[in-house]
Amino acid sequence: MAHASNLSRRRLLHAGLAVAALPLAGCAGLGGGPSIGRVVVVGGGYGGATAARYLRLWGGNVDVTLVERYASFVSCPISNLVLGGHKQMSDITVSYAGLEAIGVKRVQAEVVAIDVQAREVRLTDGRKLPYDRVIVSPGVDFMLDQVAGLAAPAAQEKILHGWKAGPQTAALRRQLEAMPDGGVYALTIPKAPYRCPPGPYERACMVASYFKQYKPRSKVLVLDANPEITSKKGLFEKAFADHYKGIVEYRANNELKSVDAATNTAKLEFDDVRADVLNVVPPQRAGDIARTTGLLNMNNRWAGVNWLTMESTAVPGVHVLGDATFSAPAMPKSGHMANQHAKVAAAAIIQVLKGAPVNAAPVVMNTCYSFVTALDVVHVASVHQYDAAEKTFKPVPGSGGVSTAANQVEGRYALSWAQNIWADMLAT
Amino acid sequence: MTHLLRIAAALLLGAGGAALAQDANLGRNLAATCANCHGTNGQVRGDTVKPLAGVSADKIVAMVNDFKSGAQPATIMHQIAKGYSDDQIRAIAVFFAAQPARK
Repeated sequence: MAHASNLSRRRLLHAGLAVAALPLAGCAGLGGGPSIGRVVVVGGGYGGATAARYLRLWGGNVDVTLVERYASFVSCPISNLVLGGHKQMSDITVSYAGLEAIGVKRVQAEVVAIDVQAREVRLTDGRKLPYDRVIVSPGVDFMLDQVAGLAAPAAQEKILHGWKAGPQTAALRRQLEAMPDGGVYALTIPKAPYRCPPGPYERACMVASYFKQYKPRSKVLVLDANPEITSKKGLFEKAFADHYKGIVEYRANNELKSVDAATNTAKLEFDDVRADVLNVVPPQRAGDIARTTGLLNMNNRWAGVNWLTMESTAVPGVHVLGDATFSAPAMPKSGHMANQHAKVAAAAIIQVLKGAPVNAAPVVMNTCYSFVTALDVVHVASVHQYDAAEKTFKPVPGSGGVSTAANQVEGRYALSWAQNIWADMLAT
Repeated sequence: MTHLLRIAAALLLGAGGAALAQDANLGRNLAATCANCHGTNGQVRGDTVKPLAGVSADKIVAMVNDFKSGAQPATIMHQIAKGYSDDQIRAIAVFFAAQPARK
């Protein structure tokens, strides 16, 4: 008796599930069946591409449109190896075809505005993309007004940042190749927070590795606005001393005030430095579209978010990812972290579209590998758990840390990381 | 404010069936934090990192705990493992165990 009644109950349950599952099953194919909602993703970098991928992977029938101005993804991580001559642009460039294959509608265009009242994204070509939820993952833009002379067209043409991978990476490499042996490459670093804390020091190592082999009389001058190396300090100091003695010179507390493009001169508080290649990483804020959308409610510079959903604390219905966010404690502005933000957002948006509760205890983690030679790598890692009382992510005490020493095993892990995160975000 | 209300409403409305769905996503969401190095759904690319998809949950839990305790030396996993609770590691392991290995 009990057995029979259990059986019939199970049958009923199965029948109920089958009916409930019908709309989903109908949507298993690409674009088929009714969508549970329209999400427009602005920006196809580590944050935006991952969000598009995971909305499709986890949401199934979410209508996802990715708006990105460039035809292909070009990675900032690993781009310093291009500057060092150890990788080519083609090694850090990945197609968006994988995302299209899983049903992401890709629009190569520039966003002119997000109308948060009408809930539509407006493109420069006049098209309007309506949304139920919009994800803004714009990365950073530069505060050129903080460095006198830098915004001038002549300066912009000549003094490169190379802090957004793409044409600037290739152009900066060409400047390094054209520089005569015995020249000076000067890299200026803005005050934290900026995109990729260890990135400038990795760049110094990579350029120095190139000079060491091909232009040994040349110098790498690191002009840091910060009071000390901001990430993996001991490991980078050791790399400078072990591998690049006489090539790399590091100067703390050297904030760039202005540049003279005509003479390629960096003007600091107390002295002027003329360089053959002047590489200015300017101070940064959230990307332009975050500002024009009214999302920069933190110091007029970064976007505050609800960490359970990545939804803006300034504008409802808008989710912000990655470097553009006002960071939680000890949370780096990194591609890896943007990917993690995107997964929190994708999971939450799917839940919200279904009228279901969002995950109340999300976790994100970060790993940043930095090359100190073409083969030797150091890492910094951290795990961040959501703290319900403080409504923010906090690093877990006792977890995370850095490499004990630079090593080649992590050199292989770093390249494997790149291969896997690119596949994860771009569905290759 | 509006979005907070909406979330609060969703939490209340979802106290029944949706809460179960939420639990079902717990392992998935946690495992996704590993994907950057270990591949989407643990289906890793390349042969540098060992795949996790399809590996038994007990084996994954044992490996992670060995990293945590230091019994298994590591470059980075000992630091990352300490960021997750035992329950979270179990949920991640159960999720990866249920994933098909990459073709």
